[in-house]
Amino acid sequence: MDFSHILNSKKITLSVVLGVFLTVFTCKAFAIQEKQVPEAAVENKETSKFDPSATILEHIGDSHYFHVGGHIAFPLPVILYTDKGLEIFSSERFEEGEKAYQGKYYQYALIKDKVKAVVADGKTIDETATVIDLSITKNVASMWLSVLLLLIIFFSVASSYKKRVGKAPKGLQSLLEPVILFIRDDVALPNIGYKYHRFMPLLLTVFFFILINNLIGMVPFFPGGSNVTGNIAVTFVLAVVTLIVVNVNGNKYYWKHIFAPDVPFWLYPIMWVVELAGIISKPFALMVRLFANIMAGHVIVIALISLIFIFKTLGIAPVSIAFTLFIDVLELLVAFLQAFIFTMLMALFIGSAVEEHHH
Amino acid sequence: MELVTPEWGLVIWTSITFLILLVLLKAFAWKPIMSAITERESSIEKALLKAEAAKEEMARLTSENEALIKQARAERDQILSDAKKVKEQMISDAKELAHREGARMIELARVEINNQKAVAMADVKNQVAVLSIQIAEKVLQGQLEDQNKQDALVAQLLKEVTL
Repeated sequence: MDFSHILNSKKITLSVVLGVFLTVFTCKAFAIQEKQVPEAAVENKETSKFDPSATILEHIGDSHYFHVGGHIAFPLPVILYTDKGLEIFSSERFEEGEKAYQGKYYQYALIKDKVKAVVADGKTIDETATVIDLSITKNVASMWLSVLLLLIIFFSVASSYKKRVGKAPKGLQSLLEPVILFIRDDVALPNIGYKYHRFMPLLLTVFFFILINNLIGMVPFFPGGSNVTGNIAVTFVLAVVTLIVVNVNGNKYYWKHIFAPDVPFWLYPIMWVVELAGIISKPFALMVRLFANIMAGHVIVIALISLIFIFKTLGIAPVSIAFTLFIDVLELLVAFLQAFIFTMLMALFIGSAVEEHHH
Repeated sequence: MELVTPEWGLVIWTSITFLILLVLLKAFAWKPIMSAITERESSIEKALLKAEAAKEEMARLTSENEALIKQARAERDQILSDAKKVKEQMISDAKELAHREGARMIELARVEINNQKAVAMADVKNQVAVLSIQIAEKVLQGQLEDQNKQDALVAQLLKEVTL
């Protein structure tokens, strides 16, 4: 599988294009959102004023549609696991949330952008039905896109490593090798020690998975702009992975530190509570940190763009765009920084679990 | 609150996706990439070590060469001085030999000369004797040719004889 020519050909122009798009299309993308605002505002019947918080929440939340622009949106498949069986249909059936859809087992409708089983009137939630929503939402689709991108990038890099054995890296390979070496020499090695080999694939995967989702989230037009790493479910999974890896690899020193620390024995019950809280709170902090940072970035960008619609004047646009550009640059830094911090702390926690000598 | 409540659908899809990504990247990307990097690093390290060793070897060879040259020089000096000694020895030996040979030859010559001298003397003596007899013969012949002279001589001889 060799995709290196695709990726190498436009290497230089890519960053320029991305930079231009980031600045120009940020406003365009939110102009699109402005059109969707009436739909959101419909719920606020008492006021027809622009509601920035609805726009922000709509953007950072998940969706059963993948919006391209205006009223063009890709309907995504809805997969429901109900107490009666599996239901699969397209979100097209809801017609932008206007209609309820009669499935095999229940009637479903979009209520606050979520698929719910409803009673006959198509508005009231049917409390008797148990419905687990396993739909391919915007975030899932976007995540698959980034995974595909990651696979293409790293398979091509791996193939160029195979082709250029013992030679200096070239092209995409030379762009990514310093990053890989950075993860190895400055993240894994100092924190985990000589056993770092086993954890390198995980650390690298986590780093690049977070990074690419952060970056794609910053691209404001289709198919970017989704808030994958700013969604608590995604960071929750990454945190659970950390929790499992750390505790599965914990050696006797790690467990001794938790269950038999160097304190008087009557303090043990307190220590157990504290240490067990520590086991949970470490990945919990990871989860919240990544989620909050990325979500905050998205919120600030939309809030700044919303200024134009709040003041209902184009005069504010230059200010708005200048601030957005500033925040975008900052978010670019944050995208790298958060991927690095998550990987770094993951390595640190793994390192504390596999540490040999205890003191 | 809705914002910080993980949706189970997304949790499940993320888990599946992440695990598949991890497995795929581990097998087809990280393993070849990491092994290639380590291999290259070790080969570079090896090359550096080899260069260092070669440098040391070079230095060692140079010092060895110097030692060899020094040794060769000393050997040459030794050989030269030996040759000189031998030469002198040979010259002195030859001189002595020549001297001795000369002395021997002189001695031989002297003996020969003496022999020759003796032979010559003997020869001369014979010749003198023959000559003397011849002369005496001639003289006697001359003396005895004339009767008167014979008588005179006898007379004289008789005069000399005093009884």
